[in-house]
Amino acid sequence: MNTSIMHLSSLQYLTDFSYIIAIAFFILSLKWLSSPATARRGVLIGEIGAAMAVVTTFFNPDLVRFKWILIALLIGLIIGIPLGMVQMTAVPQRTAMSHAFGALAAAVIGISEYYMRIPHINKFEMTEISLEVIIGALSFTGSLIAAGKLQEWLPQRPIVYKGQNYISFTVLGAAALSALILIFNPVAPYLFPAMVIISLLFGVMLVTPIGGADMPTVIALLNAYVGLTAALLGFVLNSKVLVVAGALDGSSGFILAVIMCKAMNRSFTNVLFGAFGQIQVAAKGEEEEKVVHSASPEEAAAILGASNTVLVVPGYGMAVAQAQHRVRELFDLLTKKGIDVKFGIHPVAGRMPGHMNVLLAEADVPYDKLIEMDDANGEMPQTDVALIIGANDVVNPAAKTDQSSPIYGMPVIEVDKARTVMVIKRSLNPGFAGIDNPLFYLDNTLMLFGDAKSFVGGIVKELSGGGD
Amino acid sequence: MPEGFISNLYVFVLAGFLGFEVIRRVSPLLHTPLMALTNALDAIVVVAAIIIAGRQGSQLSLILGAIAVAAAFSNMIGGFLITDRMLRMFKLSGRKKQ
Repeated sequence: MNTSIMHLSSLQYLTDFSYIIAIAFFILSLKWLSSPATARRGVLIGEIGAAMAVVTTFFNPDLVRFKWILIALLIGLIIGIPLGMVQMTAVPQRTAMSHAFGALAAAVIGISEYYMRIPHINKFEMTEISLEVIIGALSFTGSLIAAGKLQEWLPQRPIVYKGQNYISFTVLGAAALSALILIFNPVAPYLFPAMVIISLLFGVMLVTPIGGADMPTVIALLNAYVGLTAALLGFVLNSKVLVVAGALDGSSGFILAVIMCKAMNRSFTNVLFGAFGQIQVAAKGEEEEKVVHSASPEEAAAILGASNTVLVVPGYGMAVAQAQHRVRELFDLLTKKGIDVKFGIHPVAGRMPGHMNVLLAEADVPYDKLIEMDDANGEMPQTDVALIIGANDVVNPAAKTDQSSPIYGMPVIEVDKARTVMVIKRSLNPGFAGIDNPLFYLDNTLMLFGDAKSFVGGIVKELSGGGD
Repeated sequence: MPEGFISNLYVFVLAGFLGFEVIRRVSPLLHTPLMALTNALDAIVVVAAIIIAGRQGSQLSLILGAIAVAAAFSNMIGGFLITDRMLRMFKLSGRKKQ
């Protein structure tokens, strides 16, 4: 057993007590996050807990060399501040990067423990370390790939090839086999580094085939893995503060992943191995002439100005076009005219859980105007205009009606029940998932073709000009 | 089985349930800040990294420990910072209404 960390002196008790207080503060921190009114207090108490834990760690009598710790803390500070100051549009990739850092930290500690303990390492410890290092390593590279896709350094579409899942599972099997051999022979030459490399490779193979539209689930799942890695590291090091923090982080990621999956009516397996949106045999056959009604910014402005209730449904396209500030101007103008404007937020709109809320909050849209899917659907029959900005699958009525649609059964915002539907879209091209959307051809739908930012800008100009 | 395992398992299961109960009450409105905050809390791994890097040991554990300290500490700083920035942006209508 690792006695060096368990060394107890009176100073060590101080550290332990501060860790216990830190854990209590962390739980309070998450509890206060439940509502926007108390959430900032939650951040503060989390910071106090973390700071206390870090400072008292320096009283640990085992510490003999400090120089590199301080240098590393300084480097962490230099990387951490810009990562905390990124634009809100970059939050999904920033989150993926922080998953990568979290996984990296936990994985390298596991690696270091292995080399510290061999050859005196029992089967049980070896099992813990192998599991920790495998999950940590695959979460590290998986998160890097996710960040690359979100930053668009890598293509967002799923990258698939024949027999992909077999090859991926073989690689994962190789990692598991290495771990198994190591458990019985921890000093098997080169096997531990091989296991690490195979796990890193598997992380790449796991996330590469996943498309952009599935990113909310993947980010949440990676979040769960990173938490699990930290908790496993807590088992390896016999450190309860890590067990608790890891369990909290892991359960958060897990809950979010479940919510995202439910919001797409899909399973984890399907998200991870389904390569959604690649092999799309689009609903052919009925290639009849479909009539599309389109409108200009002037016409759209006239209809919006004459309405009483407007529901805006934003999607990833709004983020891509950076249209959120124009959307807020539109919100202000319509609200000033006494029109009731709300935003219906689908759980998987955007690239991570809660993405749209943060973008709109940044643009100064008050959060009481951001409503959840079920509430939006409840209000839909009384809605004059549903304005869809850069969303597609989350408003696709085929999910309710067309059993052959790949998204059949997915809960959607039922905008087709509004009196008039307006869809701002670049063209009729289907979205990432490549699924045709019958909404565009309905009689009460007006297609507003153009870039979201400039089109909303056009409506705003018209509405403010008309008011003078 | 090492002595600490069972008590760690108790702690893990209890913390998991507690986390589940607390976190499922978080409004979907705040799911992005939630993820940023749990990342920052998870970065408490830094305390283990400090000990790995600072205790008597090989050059390798010094290097790996230092990498872990830098990675985890950047998450801690960046995570708290961005969570607070995001939460500051969430405002009620109030003054916006006429």
